[in-house]
Amino acid sequence: MANAAIAAGATGRPVKYRSMSSDRRWAMRWSYFFLVLFVIFFLTPPLYMFITSLKSSGEISAANNPWWVYAPTLSNYAELLGQNQFLVFFRNSALVSVCVVAITMVISVSAAFALARMKFWGSATLATGVFLTYLIPDSLLFIPLFKMFAFVRDTTGIELMNHWWTLIIIYPTLSVPFATWIMIGYFASIPKELDEAALIDGASWMQTLTRIFIPVAMPGIIAATIFSFTVSWAQFLYPLAFTTSTDQLVLPVGIVTTLIKGDVFNWGQIMTGALLGAAPPLIIYAFLMDYYIAGLTAGATKG
Amino acid sequence: MAQVTLRKVIKKYDEVLAVRGVDLDIADKEFIVLVGPSGCGKSTTLRMIAGLEEISGGDIAIGGDVVNDVPPKDRDIAMVFQNYALYPHMNVYENMSFGLKLKRTPRQEIERRVKQAAQILDITELLDRKPKQLSGGQRQRVAMGRAIVRDPKVFLFDEPLSNLDAKLRVQMRTEIKKVHQKVRTTTVYVTHDQVEAMTLADRVVVMNAGLIEQVGSPHDLYHSPTTKFVAGFIGSPAMNFIPCQVEQAAGALRLRLNDKLAMPVPASRTNRYNSVVGRPNLVLGLRPEHITETRPHAEPDQHDFEVPIEVVEPMGMETLVYFTLNGIEICGRVNPNAGGVAGQPMKLRADLSNMHLIDDTTGKVL
Repeated sequence: MANAAIAAGATGRPVKYRSMSSDRRWAMRWSYFFLVLFVIFFLTPPLYMFITSLKSSGEISAANNPWWVYAPTLSNYAELLGQNQFLVFFRNSALVSVCVVAITMVISVSAAFALARMKFWGSATLATGVFLTYLIPDSLLFIPLFKMFAFVRDTTGIELMNHWWTLIIIYPTLSVPFATWIMIGYFASIPKELDEAALIDGASWMQTLTRIFIPVAMPGIIAATIFSFTVSWAQFLYPLAFTTSTDQLVLPVGIVTTLIKGDVFNWGQIMTGALLGAAPPLIIYAFLMDYYIAGLTAGATKG
Repeated sequence: MAQVTLRKVIKKYDEVLAVRGVDLDIADKEFIVLVGPSGCGKSTTLRMIAGLEEISGGDIAIGGDVVNDVPPKDRDIAMVFQNYALYPHMNVYENMSFGLKLKRTPRQEIERRVKQAAQILDITELLDRKPKQLSGGQRQRVAMGRAIVRDPKVFLFDEPLSNLDAKLRVQMRTEIKKVHQKVRTTTVYVTHDQVEAMTLADRVVVMNAGLIEQVGSPHDLYHSPTTKFVAGFIGSPAMNFIPCQVEQAAGALRLRLNDKLAMPVPASRTNRYNSVVGRPNLVLGLRPEHITETRPHAEPDQHDFEVPIEVVEPMGMETLVYFTLNGIEICGRVNPNAGGVAGQPMKLRADLSNMHLIDDTTGKVL
């Protein structure tokens, strides 16, 4: 080392030590480099969808620059929104998602509170069990679910197949375990003294949950809400398997089954539908993110 | 009336005994401090009084009623936690009124009590703030305010000052004492800091390994400890423990520290120590302030000796000097101007009128 430094000195080049600020500048450059890379990678598909949605069928199949719109038209939007069908898909999706989110949050928040705080016999095993159910791939659940539905029909006469509302029963099997897991983690991070203080203040378990835990765990609840909304809004396999009639379809399946006729792909409308379908989650996230970041937990205890 | 009584209280975690039979009578309006090293069972005892921890055996009574199976909210207690445990989403007013609201107290009454408590604690201008906008000391005041508004039978404090910095801790300590003088509620206070215990308590309860070592006023614990543990735990720097023997010397008793050093036992103690002459495993307990520099006039029970000083620690108002006797490090407190120099011999004076003789086999002060 010493020899190297002397050699460097001899050739007239002083050894340079990078200053803190220059270190920081380089770190920032690299961060921006990768951020830009990410943005390009993730925003290119939606941009392509947007560009395509503004083209007529003729222009899409023409062999010119796919990244440029020569004759912009809103005909895809007009046609899609003019169809009653598309609005039905949208309504089905919205109803299913809202109901699933509501059911998921009620079940998972109360389950997580019980598992995280009320120490009862087997609570730790149950908590692990909840997570394990999430690890079962959805596609393995088709056949058991079909069997169960057939059993329900045979015993009660209630037909569960081919109804959009059936999805409200099915989706929570996917969303509840994970949402519960998120909430267990979040509740566990709330200091034990907070519920002890509430207990001494005279709160029942229910009051502790509704008046202390839910407000304090709001960021976690929002994360779980976003998750369960995404699961039900974007779900494709289950509605494809369990619903068939056009008026019972939800958005992702509806777009694919009605806009692809045989081997004819109506690309303009598919892209338009996909873009419109992506809008609600986008708006909800943008709205909730602020709340999420606000972070309500600061100041509860030492800090 | 809110006296608290503990009778043979036991806490067992699986097979481990955390509290091994505690008996304690706390009088109405008394300020009791439970103190001890970590793991001595003091927090567990407090939490059992609060009802946050089930008791495995014995009885706890508050105001004469046994509360073993009474849930915390019906015990009429208020607790202040080490990490404050304020509700982060509520402002100070809401934090303080939460308990009263749950009890369906009329709105005007809630407002009156919160305002009054805020005045006592000097936090009136903070009532609209959220906990995260408060400093550590302010948060601790709010936590106390939450306790005061409920006007409980008993206040329970679980190491409330441990999260504060040293200066604020001293300030809040005085604050707590003032509040107690104003509201006069029976208080049980847990701390591992013996200075806090001494300054706050009417009576201090020293706990060790799940048992009470000694209960007494700060003065009693300091000057008449009954066990070696209490003698060593209370006081800073800690009491010196020097192995010694008691021998007969012409009708009087003599304390032999080593081959060269022996001092006469104070005449007033001759009867007390007569039975331990020649017994092994005896320890002389002498506080640092009773090992001083020599002064012109010696009292009857003061004896001078010379030792090489090893470390000198000037504290400002006094200087701590350390030397070794029989391989044990001994600390003395001398006047800053006495001129102790590390590495050089110094004449020191031991004041045996304040000595303690301890049987090291039983750990009891004789």
